[in-house]
Amino acid sequence: MELLKGRTISPGKVEGESLVSKEPIGFYGGVDPKTGLFIERGHELEGKSIKDKILVFPCGKGSTVGSYVLYGLAKNNQAPLAIVNRETETIVATGAILAGIPCVDRIPVERISTGDHLVVDATAGTVSIVKSTS
Amino acid sequence: MGEVMERMFRLLVSLGEIYDADRMIPVSSAQIAGVSYKSIGDPGVEFLEDYADKGAVAKIVTFLNPAGMDIEDWQDLKIPASFAEKQLRIMNAYKKMGIVVSATCTPYLAGNLPRFGEHIAWSESSAISFSNSVIGARTNREGGPSALAASLCGVTPNYGLHLDQNRHPDVLLDIHATLEDNADFGALGYMVGKQVKNRIPYFRGIKDADTDQLKALGAAMAASGAVALYHVENMTPEAHLMKIEGLEKLSVDDKDVNEVFSKLSTGKEPDIVILGCPHSSLKEVMNISRKLEGKKLRKPLWVCTSRMVKEAANRMGLTQTIEAAGGRIVADTCMVVSPIENMGYATTAVNSGKAANYLPSFCKQNVVFSRLDTLLENLT
Repeated sequence: MELLKGRTISPGKVEGESLVSKEPIGFYGGVDPKTGLFIERGHELEGKSIKDKILVFPCGKGSTVGSYVLYGLAKNNQAPLAIVNRETETIVATGAILAGIPCVDRIPVERISTGDHLVVDATAGTVSIVKSTS
Repeated sequence: MGEVMERMFRLLVSLGEIYDADRMIPVSSAQIAGVSYKSIGDPGVEFLEDYADKGAVAKIVTFLNPAGMDIEDWQDLKIPASFAEKQLRIMNAYKKMGIVVSATCTPYLAGNLPRFGEHIAWSESSAISFSNSVIGARTNREGGPSALAASLCGVTPNYGLHLDQNRHPDVLLDIHATLEDNADFGALGYMVGKQVKNRIPYFRGIKDADTDQLKALGAAMAASGAVALYHVENMTPEAHLMKIEGLEKLSVDDKDVNEVFSKLSTGKEPDIVILGCPHSSLKEVMNISRKLEGKKLRKPLWVCTSRMVKEAANRMGLTQTIEAAGGRIVADTCMVVSPIENMGYATTAVNSGKAANYLPSFCKQNVVFSRLDTLLENLT
């Protein structure tokens, strides 16, 4: 088990499987709030569902409406279990907090691979890699 | 209700942590962007209705940005009914939260005027620029949700432009250009915003400018860049406090300003002329009305403004003069946040640097950007 220490953005503790994007994510136009499917053309996560995944990406990008998309995902039960970033900027921070999605940043996200089993304790600001896929 | 307040406060705390704020400070007013259905979509409608239903109430005076349509005359403007239904739901949600449904980007002209040094939490980049620079009030560039959080909690994290040490200029602009029409100021702002991005410019050599021209300058800089504060020598209230020795220097002449007009003009023959970005002051409406007396326009003309200014224009007979020429005064909205691309318009003429910056991407429009007299002459 590897323990990564970061910073609380939005509190909560969850456990689950990771979905990793090396590219930044813009939720407005990036993810459909009704289905939880990634819809941005050409994005490495295109076609994937983020529902009940621990979504790991370096930082956010794009429109401020992205905050509302995160809120919509939670309301439609399509939200990720948690968000883990290298640097959470205000759009993702705002959305995660409004939606009540646990969120941690200042995590070396390159240490995490898609499919890793993670425990995210956003209240404590930590991410544990319980079972690595590699 | 507890959950709403907890999340809203949590949002302010997190933003404070991200930006290294030392504490929360009280703010006296808020301005909320994210009002047009075109901007916030269904996720925004659902969020606002949820929060309103859970009993969220504004603690401080809070005004709203423009909506996607004239709230009263939308049918006349041929706004699709499906759009209007969502837009009215947004307005009702805000109203339920005790927020003034002012629907203007110029709250300082419509009943929410802070004083020098007052701490406020505003979104709407042009209003942020005006309040920081021309009035000397203090706000960061808030987004819609963080401004709403400040409105519900009455506080904002103390960082950025709330602090004296962050209000100093980064770059000195020597202006050798002749600036007369409001559009000249928009062109200058567009150019400077591109160059200085989110830094603080100090202008030297602007001989004269009224508040409408400063409004145009600031709006364009905030759109092409992310300028939240600027200083103008002998004009804005904090300029004399600032040191300019040793700053990076840029200079602007007539040729530079004229190049902006040709660069931003991507179209030729406009389908419609839209003025009032940011929303026209009463003085601007009077000027437009005077120029249209006894004229007939070949193309539609919208003069966008706040409901408050439109009421005054009605009383003064300005609305009638503009309508007699074939134009109309449109309140509560503007060309950027209304769905003009779905209303059969492909080329829009404007006198605003900010609108010229946004129309191609937000509204899929070709743009004709020029001075007011030229725009109106080409229409009659």
